[in-house]
Amino acid sequence: MRFVDEFRRPELIAKTGDEIRRLADPDRHYRFMEVCGGHTHAIYRFGLKDLLPPNIELVHGPGCPVCVLPMGRIDDGLSMAERPEVIFTAFGDMMRVPGTRGSPLEYKARGMDVRIVYSPADALKLAMANPDRHVMFFAIGFETTAPSTALTLKRAREMDVKNFSVFCNHVTIIPAIRAILDSPDMRLDAFIGPGHVSTVIGCRPYEWIARNEGKPIAVSGFEPLDILQAVVMLLRQLKDGEVKVENQYNRVVPWEGNRAALKAIGEVFQLRPYFEWRGLGFISQSALRIRDEYAAWDAERRFAVPGVRVTDPKAAQCGEVLKGVLKPAQCKLFGKECTPEHPIGALMVSSEGSCAAYYTFEHRKAAVGVPAAGIPAAGIQ
Amino acid sequence: MCLAIPGRIVELLPGDPPLATVEVLGVRRRVDLGLLDEQDPGRLGDWVLIHVGFAMSKISEEYATEQLRLLEALGEAEAAATEVRGYDQEVT
Amino acid sequence: MTGAPRKVRFRDTQVEMAHGAGGKASRRLVEGLFAPILFGSSTEPLGDAAHLSINGTRVAVTTDSFVVRPLRFPGGSIGELAVNGTVNDLAVSGARAVALVVSYVLEAGLATEVLEAEIRAMADAAARAGVMIAGGDTKVVEHGKADGMYITTSGVGRAIPELNISPKRVQVGDQVILSGPIGDHGITILLARGELDLEADLHSDTRSVLPFIEALARAAGDGVHWMRDPTRGGVATSLNELALDCGLAIVIEEEKIPVRDSVRGACELLGLDPLHIANEGQFLAVVARDAAGAALQALHQTPGGECATLLGEIAAQPAGAVVVKTLYGGSRIVDMLVGDPLPRIC
Repeated sequence: MRFVDEFRRPELIAKTGDEIRRLADPDRHYRFMEVCGGHTHAIYRFGLKDLLPPNIELVHGPGCPVCVLPMGRIDDGLSMAERPEVIFTAFGDMMRVPGTRGSPLEYKARGMDVRIVYSPADALKLAMANPDRHVMFFAIGFETTAPSTALTLKRAREMDVKNFSVFCNHVTIIPAIRAILDSPDMRLDAFIGPGHVSTVIGCRPYEWIARNEGKPIAVSGFEPLDILQAVVMLLRQLKDGEVKVENQYNRVVPWEGNRAALKAIGEVFQLRPYFEWRGLGFISQSALRIRDEYAAWDAERRFAVPGVRVTDPKAAQCGEVLKGVLKPAQCKLFGKECTPEHPIGALMVSSEGSCAAYYTFEHRKAAVGVPAAGIPAAGIQ
Repeated sequence: MCLAIPGRIVELLPGDPPLATVEVLGVRRRVDLGLLDEQDPGRLGDWVLIHVGFAMSKISEEYATEQLRLLEALGEAEAAATEVRGYDQEVT
Repeated sequence: MTGAPRKVRFRDTQVEMAHGAGGKASRRLVEGLFAPILFGSSTEPLGDAAHLSINGTRVAVTTDSFVVRPLRFPGGSIGELAVNGTVNDLAVSGARAVALVVSYVLEAGLATEVLEAEIRAMADAAARAGVMIAGGDTKVVEHGKADGMYITTSGVGRAIPELNISPKRVQVGDQVILSGPIGDHGITILLARGELDLEADLHSDTRSVLPFIEALARAAGDGVHWMRDPTRGGVATSLNELALDCGLAIVIEEEKIPVRDSVRGACELLGLDPLHIANEGQFLAVVARDAAGAALQALHQTPGGECATLLGEIAAQPAGAVVVKTLYGGSRIVDMLVGDPLPRIC
């Protein structure tokens, strides 16, 4: 597979692993946060922790748009599915996420019309093919996905498709990173930056992390060589005392971002004054809502949603795991009450949530005495 | 947020919005090219990064090749330095 | 090494779709609800077919239901699945299918030509598989039920004398063989539903695997310790079931997993793992180390078995788990499916 297989070449991976070992100071313990859930998934899928020396610790960040969605918002979306004329559409990632009275898949099992789509464009197409029904698209995602929703809304308006609406839960990545850095328990040395969000926002938005917070950041792709090369970049910066933003994923990420995508976002969306992030609390200017010109396609305005806040059980420590303060296995509910089959918190539901990834890929190794790689044996937390 | 795959434009579809058929290992999907730069639109044979049915960006073959070259060169600088140090020791 | 099935309790208050997906939830339903009531205190691991002795003759019997949408898809249809599926269950349990009986639940309003096409498909598949359809039953339910039709086939067969299959026979050092490329069937069905707007040159791999099992029996006989057909839940689920049943570890090598390009492409696009995707014409065999060479050769010489490959082997640790090793020294645990595999965008 072109532009994929070359970045999985074993001999280059070995070389990059050697370079990492050469650069890492044996007397230092490094904590690098990968912000994006897709990186978390890739790290586990490719077994990359096995290739890092034990003094490099990868901390999983909050970049999982499913994980940070409060249960109340899921209930709001599902309340629309209860209307007989509505076809509820969403990405596959949303289908098993539990609301108070069940997940979208469970609503489907109870007879409501719930369908998976691969693209918001498919949801619009469904609306055009079913004029007597109303298609509601449950939009999630960071800036990577927002432009696609924006273009779809533009097309819906241009074609005056009346039976289509979007329930907008798009969130933005910078406030999440700020929340991490503002957290008093946080001790991070550097960041592996989100590669695909950056195809839209570019690398400039991260400059304050280097300049004001003094942390190096390498915007990284998702193949094994990408992530390992990003680690090399961070180690080099730390060794040389440099602090800057680097673009490891330059074959795809433009430094200035994607102007057309940013323009589409600006035309269709505006920032909400504040939005609740599951586990992180209310964050101002961190989420998108649909502009007034597109109100007719805004599901929140077309349908009255309950808007009830649902708090997580006190015992669930999703917030601390999201911020990387706790490892998944350190949450009291992990592996017992909370498993991928019976998730209590969203970090266990989404396959890229730290807890689900850890559970699926690592937990069983640890349970039988194989030490999880990348975590220092001498309990430095 | 993060699942985006490289694919090749194998067919440009007429009309507006600008759509194309993009192929990944023989699997074909209609993809919207509306997020690509108007100044540098998608052409037949171009490689693009696909996310939820939209092309997010074109893939630069040049940068990809350069990146692999850099990685291949890893360890060579170190090896060269070791060799030089070896000569120094021999001479002194 | 014996592995009695773990004590499992079924606590769910209602049946969910996940219980039919062939993964963890299905296993819990069967082990926690059905097995204790129907099989009492038996500690025999649950297999693909039941082997019984009737007046000294070893006989195998099994049953399977077929629920698929759409009814027809590239490479086959529900009728073919219904025949091959049961023939295969018997085959991987170590038995040669002799006869099937079939029961149809038909939806009122189903077009006769659709029904006739499936009956013909079953007749053809049975002829190809060398099995007789001995009888059957039909029921009709109201329009809106049965997705057109549901088919259940039950099969009876004769135990293949050279074979003695049981997870208890699996030992450290045994080799894991896979018959061919994975994911063809599941991805074909996913694409055929038309919801994802993907096109590929792919078809279901549905076929009888009996000829391969017979070749294995002749070449390796007693050296074949375990077999399974990785249908719903894929290779990952079948191997996890074995790991739990025998209490050992299964270590497979990523680059040995055979996947067609188009299956790989679809899985990458949708964020799916080929190891979790259903197959309808493949099987896994765990074979004693010294018999593996002969086993592979026999498969390669059987038409349709050219792609059979060595996937990995049985190890002692991590017990009860399936580990995939990458070419460059990384590894990951592959778990059983929780519910149906869902496409993802994150």
